[in-house]
Amino acid sequence: MTFLLLTLIALLAFAATRMRSFQLVGGDSRLLHSRPRYYGSYGALLAFGPACLVLMCWSLLQPVVLSQITYAQLTTDHIAAAGSADLALTEIRRTANGAIEGSEAAQLLAARLTQLKAVGDTLKVAIVLVLSVLGAGVAWAQITPQMRARNRVERSVQWLLIAAASLAILTTLGIILSLLFNTIGFFRLHPATDFFFGLVWQPSFGGGSSLGVLPLLWGTLYISLIALAVAVPIGLMSAIYLSEYAGSRFRSTAKPLLEVLAGIPTIVYGLFALVTVGPFLLGVFGNDGLGWMAGGTAVITAGLVMGIMLIPFVSSLSDDIINAVPQSLRDGSLGLGATRSETIRQVVLPAALPGIVGAILLAASRAIGETMIVVLGAGAAARLSMNPFDAMTTVTAKIVSQLTGDSDFLSPEALVAFALGMTLFAITLALNVFALFIVRKYREQYE
Amino acid sequence: MSTSLLDQSSRTRKRNASERRFVRLGLGAIFLSLGFLAMLLIAIAGNGYGAFTQTRIDVAMTWDAESIAKAEKSIVKTAKYNGMIAKALRGQMEAAGIDPQMKDKELLQLVSSSAGAQLRDFVTATDATKGQFDFLASSRVDGYLKGRVTRASLAEDKNLSPAHLDLVDAMRAAGMVERRFNLDFIFGGDASESRPEAAGLGVSMVGSFYMVLVVLGCALPVGVAAAIYLQEFAPKNRLTDLIEVNIANLAAVPSIVFGILGLAVFIQFAHLPQSAPLVGGLVLTLMTLPRIIIPARAALGAVPPSIREAALGVGASKSQAVFHHVLPLSMPGILTGVIIGMAQALGETAPLLLIGMVGYIASNHPDGLISGFTDPNSAMPAQIYEWAKRADPAYIERAWGGIILLLAFLMAMNFVAIVLRRKFERRW
Repeated sequence: MTFLLLTLIALLAFAATRMRSFQLVGGDSRLLHSRPRYYGSYGALLAFGPACLVLMCWSLLQPVVLSQITYAQLTTDHIAAAGSADLALTEIRRTANGAIEGSEAAQLLAARLTQLKAVGDTLKVAIVLVLSVLGAGVAWAQITPQMRARNRVERSVQWLLIAAASLAILTTLGIILSLLFNTIGFFRLHPATDFFFGLVWQPSFGGGSSLGVLPLLWGTLYISLIALAVAVPIGLMSAIYLSEYAGSRFRSTAKPLLEVLAGIPTIVYGLFALVTVGPFLLGVFGNDGLGWMAGGTAVITAGLVMGIMLIPFVSSLSDDIINAVPQSLRDGSLGLGATRSETIRQVVLPAALPGIVGAILLAASRAIGETMIVVLGAGAAARLSMNPFDAMTTVTAKIVSQLTGDSDFLSPEALVAFALGMTLFAITLALNVFALFIVRKYREQYE
Repeated sequence: MSTSLLDQSSRTRKRNASERRFVRLGLGAIFLSLGFLAMLLIAIAGNGYGAFTQTRIDVAMTWDAESIAKAEKSIVKTAKYNGMIAKALRGQMEAAGIDPQMKDKELLQLVSSSAGAQLRDFVTATDATKGQFDFLASSRVDGYLKGRVTRASLAEDKNLSPAHLDLVDAMRAAGMVERRFNLDFIFGGDASESRPEAAGLGVSMVGSFYMVLVVLGCALPVGVAAAIYLQEFAPKNRLTDLIEVNIANLAAVPSIVFGILGLAVFIQFAHLPQSAPLVGGLVLTLMTLPRIIIPARAALGAVPPSIREAALGVGASKSQAVFHHVLPLSMPGILTGVIIGMAQALGETAPLLLIGMVGYIASNHPDGLISGFTDPNSAMPAQIYEWAKRADPAYIERAWGGIILLLAFLMAMNFVAIVLRRKFERRW
């Protein structure tokens, strides 16, 4: 509502300042430094920008400030009755919303909270509107035919663009901070040595859980390894055939078809693993067949399906890299009498090797971070085993199960998900940075 | 050893054989991947098409105001209505010469447990005293008609017995039971775990729609602005390098990490409502942004410098050259990237799990524009995951059916992107 009003004022300011610029030069726009619409934009900008900034900051900060005020007013009795200060705050907040009818003390504080909120909201609207009108007035007063309105407007637009681009930094920062704070919270409740070196993953909601990350890491690596063992040879050979042998007609049909595999959402692969591949493998390796496999969800199921998912990823990346190898290298080798496959194996592939390693590392990072396939296809048991037909679980699957369960958000069993997320983020980040570094360095080599 | 050029030496033969092997290996790899694709598509189509038909039982009902009043007074109202349905069903069977040979309670196992509520909704809203109903058959009966349920598999099933199946056969012969196209699956909401026959994808489709709207509204302007800055204005300095490294990395961060970010920032810190499409959309926006910025930069970079120079030459400022000339020319390429990014966002599941878009039974359509953004809802992939987790095989069929719908949307979006590129792409 306030926002709409603000927009309205900005539009009015645009019309008014634009008209004024015309009036100042008696309708002859040649005498203005900038075109009239820039004067209008300048007015709109001053009316909208600062007020909008205040509106946003106020809306973000008000709940924090209000809960701090309420927090200061909590009595020890009240905290004891609710269990913890946070629970007491939640109770008060929900009472204020009318969602529940809290205790007497909570109702008192809730009434105060509602009152403060009303005052804050009114104040916010008033200040924002005054600021907006003030901005329009300043713009109106500043306008002269000599004023460089265009330059000022363009500079503000530049800042907007910079802000948009900086959102990437902000996102990374947000990820790191949200992971870090909750991870620290977790390590306050749970010994770090158990997390990093524990060999047992056994969350129990009554407390006293063993939350060792090693079995999860092992499951993750094992599944990723199988996925890469499927995806790398198939993807690489496809890329070689497509870029070195295939005619343009074959290439233009096969390549888009391969890319369809990349466009299929991971939930589809997950269901494919759960319903089709798992039972199929169970039929071959299960008790009716070879007797190696106990259930459809296993490392091999998830790894195989994930491998299928990664084929187009590996093949399109290696395709780019193989194409980047200069033709002169091939011509030289063929001119010496090598066959095409010898050229590829002994000249093209070694030249493309760093890039291909980079592509494989990117694929590995994809496999490690993949969630839906392992949630549906790999099973839920954390175990350290060499048998690919066993059910195992991964870091991502446990993040999902720990955060979607019924456990209290502040218990170590839920907070461990953030520590797992941190582990995952650190591993994939390291892989990505390294892989991107290799790929970029390699590209420069032949440019 | 022959010395003729026409005879190949054994070494040449070996080399040529290895050449042929290599080619065959490459071709084999491609056909293997295409075979995987075919298997996947067959699995989807074969398992999912069943969800688009549903077995229905036609029952002609008559009632009077008195029995309605009595039913409305009772505490468990649908039980009374169920009784009325059983009576009508029995009468209709006997008229068709079928002897049910079972009690009302057992007879009702043929019909979905939502039938009573359906009848009540109709009866209380009308003055008529009779009507023709096509009640949903229970999921086991539906499974029997689709070949999922057999007499053998019902041996230990307490929801239906083989005797029921004999009845169903007789009723089919009499034309009372039929598989029909299932509009409710496309437009209806989710149902509780025990009623797979009534579950639909419609509500979560609406949730996905609002989420994609959020992604479009946030990611398009921000992504284009960031791409313009980096491609056209950014000086070569530390900040620019930092931004570029960040974008490249964010594009490869696992999607579940964005879910954790959303949980911590939007729900834990900013107290936005859980399970809301607004939050889902914001998380997906953050995830999609780098995937939009990268192709947008490529599209801007593809506009030749001569355009910029010509604009600058006739007195445009740098901003004017970019916003009046370069940006409009690169718009088709940018939009193609945006649509593909949105298609990826539409199919993404993992981050949605963490912000509470599963476990919530999305059974009612949101009742307005704002509540569409803020009310708890599910999304298509999250709903499919939810169904895949439920034990009943009838839900697995629905999950596959949901995948068909999801893929149809993704294909449509990609098709639009391809058409856009073909139609408006300019080669300089």
